[in-house]
Amino acid sequence: MELLVCIKQVPDAKDVRLDPRTNTLAREGVESIMNPFDRHALEEAVRLKEAHGGTVTALSMGPPQAEAVLREAIACGADRGVLVSDRAFAGADTWATSYTLARAIDTIGSFDLILCGKQAIDGDTAQVGPGLAARMNLPYVTCVQKTRDVVDGGIEVERMMDDGYDVVRLPLPALLTVVKDINEPRVPSLKGKMKARKADIPVLSAADIGAEEACIGLAGSPTRVVNVFSPEPRGDRKIFTGTAEEQVDQLIEHLRDFL
Amino acid sequence: MLRVDAEQCIGCGACEEQCAFGAIVVKDGCAVVGDSCTLCGSCVDVCEAEALHIEEGPGREAADLSAWQGIWVFAEFRHGQVAPVTYELLGVGRRLADQRGVPLSAVLPGSGVRGECDALIAAGADTVYLVDDPALVQYREDVYGRVLEELIRCYQPEVVLAGATAIGRSVIPQVATRLGAGLTADCTGLDIRPGDGTLLQTRPAFGGNIMATIECPDTRPQMATVRPKVMAPAEPDPDRSGEVVEVEIAPEHLSSRVEVLETVVSESEQVNIQEVEVLVAGGRGLEGEKGFALIRELAEELGGAVAASRAAVDAGWISYPHQVGQTGKTVCPKLYIACGISGAIQHAVGMQSAEVVVAINRDENAPIFNIATYGLVGDLFEVVPLLARKIQEMKK
Ligand SMILES: Cc1cc2nc3c(=O)[nH]c(=O)nc-3n(C[C@H](O)[C@H](O)[C@H](O)COP(=O)(O)OP(=O)(O)OC[C@H]3O[C@@H](n4cnc5c(N)ncnc54)[C@H](O)[C@@H]3O)c2cc1C
Ligand SMILES: Nc1ncnc2c1ncn2[C@@H]1O[C@H](COP(=O)(O)O)[C@@H](O)[C@H]1O
Repeated sequence: MELLVCIKQVPDAKDVRLDPRTNTLAREGVESIMNPFDRHALEEAVRLKEAHGGTVTALSMGPPQAEAVLREAIACGADRGVLVSDRAFAGADTWATSYTLARAIDTIGSFDLILCGKQAIDGDTAQVGPGLAARMNLPYVTCVQKTRDVVDGGIEVERMMDDGYDVVRLPLPALLTVVKDINEPRVPSLKGKMKARKADIPVLSAADIGAEEACIGLAGSPTRVVNVFSPEPRGDRKIFTGTAEEQVDQLIEHLRDFL
Repeated sequence: MLRVDAEQCIGCGACEEQCAFGAIVVKDGCAVVGDSCTLCGSCVDVCEAEALHIEEGPGREAADLSAWQGIWVFAEFRHGQVAPVTYELLGVGRRLADQRGVPLSAVLPGSGVRGECDALIAAGADTVYLVDDPALVQYREDVYGRVLEELIRCYQPEVVLAGATAIGRSVIPQVATRLGAGLTADCTGLDIRPGDGTLLQTRPAFGGNIMATIECPDTRPQMATVRPKVMAPAEPDPDRSGEVVEVEIAPEHLSSRVEVLETVVSESEQVNIQEVEVLVAGGRGLEGEKGFALIRELAEELGGAVAASRAAVDAGWISYPHQVGQTGKTVCPKLYIACGISGAIQHAVGMQSAEVVVAINRDENAPIFNIATYGLVGDLFEVVPLLARKIQEMKK
């Protein structure tokens, strides 16, 4: 089974804040991590490979430093990593990102199953997975909480819904996006880390994947961010004091609207 | 590409200061752009020497935007009812349509859904596009996607809104991709810019630490998913009249590669924590299932539902669909009561947009108090039952 996982490098949530005075992103010590959902997508791919054979390719689009998440992916069981990186990709929204990833996947091979995280924690859009499936004309299912079986050229999965789940069967090749509940990712083995250090990670440019200029980066993005600002601060905050009973009474006083 | 005009640049460093991504450094008196540039443009705005420019490539051809008219709402139907968020969308959709002076329409795909049209009209729709077909009885990504795509191509609305639900967030990106349309996820604010009528879409980014306003200048339709519970539902007016347009979809668009073998509605998950007004959430401080029984009681008194931190879900005290936070769900109820939750950033990003946050924690230094509207410092095993009892007494 040939598997491909899309992995995004994202800033660690706890570091990202707007400076309230200047209204700019505070960048002090913003660390980059592998998008948490993608870690689960990767783990699922590695488990499917272990059960059914094949290879796992990790793919990321991002600046040169995104190579780090691909090495991490190899340490956690991916066979190879491919980075698509080009200044021309800068400013891509999800429309341009799904285009670029689709071109890249066409360039590097053919796959039975593509796995994405449910969403990336920087934008929380959850759009790239379904967008990529649309571009590659693949059947897809989002928010997969369990893969049940791979049989007869198809895969059976549980798709998390708002009120329970659906059991869905779809033919391969296909694309899935996964939620955290699907598995518990492993920690990299020593051998994996060694392999990751030595791995050769090819970098593909816009020209390498035959991307059209009008479809990538800012120019290829239908959306524009026109303003960023801090959320409105919460009104007056009150930390009550006194005995439990006194505090509860004060709270009830303030919550009258809800009671 | 971000270009630096070396002649103009005075090396003042304002752009370097400004850049959130550390992508610009001033070297030998001139700004140099690095690879982490995201083309956000904030440096261009602060450059007094006007030395910075964002150069766009050939770009997409501006379509004839005036050919696209009207506001559309995707009416989501599942398990015998229209999702409540649909009525919230009709509420905001009505306002946008009136501002633009265009009709508001609902699109209702499903099987045996005809009976819902009146309620959609009462809630503000001028037209309901009804696609009633047995092939739509279950939600399947590909079929729902093609039905919406066909209708949008045919009737050309300028705005398409859908709920940011499991279904909305799954089907809409596919449609937007094929239409070449811009799509903004999880909006919490929508407005029309007077003049050109552009839809201004405001949404939280980076887990709610930042708000961003997004627009789609050159493409139509302008598509957005909207979080449940942030917009007020439309007041139904049974006297409103509207038109039902029944649309036939070609059979080839109704065939699917996806087969739904079974639909499991879980008893405990029947309430979707994203769609209730009051949430009582528990964390590691609850110490186990017994603790959850306490907050369940409180939730019942308040007519709300129960949510949890990841620590509580990982401990197996409650199931994953109840998890709030970065790797769980994002919620914005009117009232969120956090019991025995420390308020780690990964939890906070999922709930900090709640209107009122109450924190109950015995550690007065717990970070949850930094985002709480009201804080109670004490033992939750004492406070929670007391609170439940007093509310019950009050209601009598
Ligand atoms: C990649 C990643 C993703 C994550 N995603 C999420 C997510 O989606 N959602 C999430 O919630 N977390 C998430 N986390 C975990 C998060 O960092 C915290 O570990 C978690 O939220 C802590 O849960 P907690 O507050 O219940 O437990 P703790 O941090 O252990 O806090 C328990 C609190 O209860 C208080 N307490 C204990 N006993 C009592 C008592 N008797 N009375 C009153 N107060 C009491 C304590 O003072 C303490 O403040 C994520 C972490 C990572 C690394
Ligand atoms: N730049 C990228 N490179 C690789 N994968 C990506 C990228 N952006 C998004 N993805 C994938 O798409 C998923 C959803 O991302 P998003 O739509 O941005 O929330 C992620 O979990 C990744 O699997």
